[in-house]
Amino acid sequence: MLTLDCPYCGVAAEETELHGGGEAHLKRFGPASSDEDFEGYLFMRENPKGVNFERWRHVNGCGKWFHAARCTMTLEVFGTYSAQTTEPPKALLAKIKKKRPQWPGYGAEK
Amino acid sequence: MSEAVSALNNASYAGFVEVTEMGLQGMITLRGDLSSAAIKKAVKTAVGVGVPEQRKMAMADGKGAGWMSPDELLLLVPYAQVEKTVTGLQKTLAKAHFMAVNVSDARVMFRLKGAGAREVLAKVAPVDLSSDAFGEGDLRRSRIAQVAAAFWMSGEDEFTLVAFRSVADYVFGVLKIGAQPGSEVGYL
Repeated sequence: MLTLDCPYCGVAAEETELHGGGEAHLKRFGPASSDEDFEGYLFMRENPKGVNFERWRHVNGCGKWFHAARCTMTLEVFGTYSAQTTEPPKALLAKIKKKRPQWPGYGAEK
Repeated sequence: MSEAVSALNNASYAGFVEVTEMGLQGMITLRGDLSSAAIKKAVKTAVGVGVPEQRKMAMADGKGAGWMSPDELLLLVPYAQVEKTVTGLQKTLAKAHFMAVNVSDARVMFRLKGAGAREVLAKVAPVDLSSDAFGEGDLRRSRIAQVAAAFWMSGEDEFTLVAFRSVADYVFGVLKIGAQPGSEVGYL
């Protein structure tokens, strides 16, 4: 059973209260951008083996979107953080790096 | 004006816990910046209690305010006063960014009363309802079996629950089955 801490409610919400929203921190490019940029935004996903950043919604709860960092291999949850950000908080990245020294770091795969 | 009727018209069921539909209840959804002085003042004026803390229900004299999300409160007032309260909120908050909507007729309210009330809810909601984790005045917005609901502990061995009116019968049915004599778990 997946349990994530909702950063808005402060509760450990379990899977059935949540709804997954796919990969986090996707960038949508502006009106003058190329077709490739738009294609990337729409379809291209990292799908990493290991550390992954995701969007989740506390749908049966406060109804807010938030972010979660998880491991796709072990399903370990590293932490959750607010949706009002364009990249993961530094403290969380440091925590992940400590647990997964081989991980190249946020954004390194791109 | 037509006569207002609640979803199940005060239906009740006496199992090892008493499940009662509470009849008409004034409910207002108030959204805005809960930390702002304007909202704090407006809530105090409307229901006589302060803005509740995270996941808390504040009640006084049949009125109250419940924390639903970082920017949303559920205000409870007697059904007859609901229009007046909404108008009052609109007046006091005229300069603020907010939303106040009368949702009384879109919701249903139940009360669970009895020594096993925690148990009945724990059967159908993914929430830790042990007495250490959930006490009087605590509120949780979650789900009841398949549908969204919010509930709070309104007294000793007593829970109050709100859900959407359209699923009132379903919620009542689920709670009735949970409260059937002989189905006590005896854990909580």
